[in-house]
Amino acid sequence: MSIIKAENLRFVYSPGTSFEKTAIDDVSFEIEEGEFVGVIGHTGSGKSTLVQLLNGLLRPDEGRIILNGKDIWEKPKKIREIRFKVGMVFQYPEYQLFEETVYKDIAYGPGNMGLDNEEIDKRVREAASFVGLRDDQLEVSPFELSGGEKRRAAIAGVIAMDPDVLILDEPTAGLDPLGRDALLSRIVDYHNVRKNTVLLVSHSMEDIARLADRILVMSHGKKYMLDDSEKVFSKGRELEEIGLRVPQITKIMLMLKERGISADTSVLTVEHGFNEIVNLTGTAKGV
Amino acid sequence: MVSGITLGQFLPGKSFIHKMDARSKIVLLMAFIVFIFLCRNFVSLLSMTIFGLIVIFLTRISFLKYLKSLRVILVVTILTGILNLFYGRGDVICEWWIFRITSGGINNAIFVIVRIAILVMISAVLTYTTSPTDLTDGLERLMKPLTIFHIKVHEIAMMMTIALRFIPVLLEETDKIMNAQKARGADFESGSLIRRVRSLIPILIPLFVSSFRRAGELAMAMECRCYNGGKNRTRMKVLHYGYRDLLAVICCGAVFTGVILTNNYFGALI
Repeated sequence: MSIIKAENLRFVYSPGTSFEKTAIDDVSFEIEEGEFVGVIGHTGSGKSTLVQLLNGLLRPDEGRIILNGKDIWEKPKKIREIRFKVGMVFQYPEYQLFEETVYKDIAYGPGNMGLDNEEIDKRVREAASFVGLRDDQLEVSPFELSGGEKRRAAIAGVIAMDPDVLILDEPTAGLDPLGRDALLSRIVDYHNVRKNTVLLVSHSMEDIARLADRILVMSHGKKYMLDDSEKVFSKGRELEEIGLRVPQITKIMLMLKERGISADTSVLTVEHGFNEIVNLTGTAKGV
Repeated sequence: MVSGITLGQFLPGKSFIHKMDARSKIVLLMAFIVFIFLCRNFVSLLSMTIFGLIVIFLTRISFLKYLKSLRVILVVTILTGILNLFYGRGDVICEWWIFRITSGGINNAIFVIVRIAILVMISAVLTYTTSPTDLTDGLERLMKPLTIFHIKVHEIAMMMTIALRFIPVLLEETDKIMNAQKARGADFESGSLIRRVRSLIPILIPLFVSSFRRAGELAMAMECRCYNGGKNRTRMKVLHYGYRDLLAVICCGAVFTGVILTNNYFGALI
């Protein structure tokens, strides 16, 4: 059974005014439990609106979102519980830190869930170790941390709620390459250990290609495609038409193929691409 | 969630009033407010009201917008109106327990309500038709004489410009932070008053922090462009008085003189 399912979603900003804008237009999809799904799209394609619909921060004008078999807006008063199940990490989440210590800030979400202190303590420490914060860092003010550490503390605040679905909206924006790789590998570790569903919104095709099982492509508020990563990126021309691109290594493979060389266009990582080219040159020498 | 704030909103246009110089608008507005309080009988009050409505009509902005600006102070206005009913001398119209409504009280109530309503709407004329930059420019020029008392007029005007400029930015930021905290289960809508006030802390602290950060960045950016206060600073758009301003001054002068004359001629009600 799919964990989260969108049925004919439609969302309009400021309806009835001159600023009316349809941000999401008839979008349907299903995401299976334990999947790692990448969400890509041009700026303004509706990615951020879509993820906010999924955890009930916005209410769709039409259509339904089914979480674990239940419409999330069935009981609007209970929408908070949906937000605990679908954890959302916004862009630049470090700007939401507010408590006196990192520990208290991570405990804010679990505290709102009404858990007892023992459970909160366990979750805070687990979440902190997932994102790689040291124990002594839990007792300092979040404003004393470095930029990357602040970001990780904020993500821990969402992970500590132990959501079934974790949505990350461009978690690596503004981080240096090292920090970016470290953060992403921690998210992957978390995904592998907890086996929960992760949705990653990103502009980096390389990251998405490396991490995601499937990719949801959004364009002008509509679902453009939802398919396995290899299949999505093998359609390089189509992606470029909607303002996206494919990972550089995949692009090389696509260009080789256009020149009549039988290169494998489902290559997504540099290592894989390197091997493919070595193979190709090997056979070329043989001829 | 944070929207529908009309106070201090600028609505661009090309009307007579829009094209007037900001300085004359500010001075005439102040004079208007003084004279609305100088009205002492219904004739002068009515003429000021009609004059105010003509000005509002001249701005070519929907009257609904002005009614919206009234909504903010509706409760206060009605409350002062009701309170004024019981203060006043004259013939007693009805009496109950310690409450006594007199004809003077009714007059008072009408005057207070009309004055406040006109006051708010005519102030809205200024903010609706003058861009924040023009407004602060105008204020700066008008306050210039105060520099001889060592008041930093330019700095005050710059602070006002910056404050106005960042209102929409802060609103957007508030929205973002609210969403982020809601995603962590923050609840702003239920619980006792104290709980609700406490639930604002997770919004206010990040908002303060980012405001200070933004202020620092802005100060740095201004210094990088060699900003060092108002000294020797020239303007891209210099304010100019035109025939419209002369016309407006003459009209206002005529109406205001009329108010004084009618006050004397018809006698004072309050």
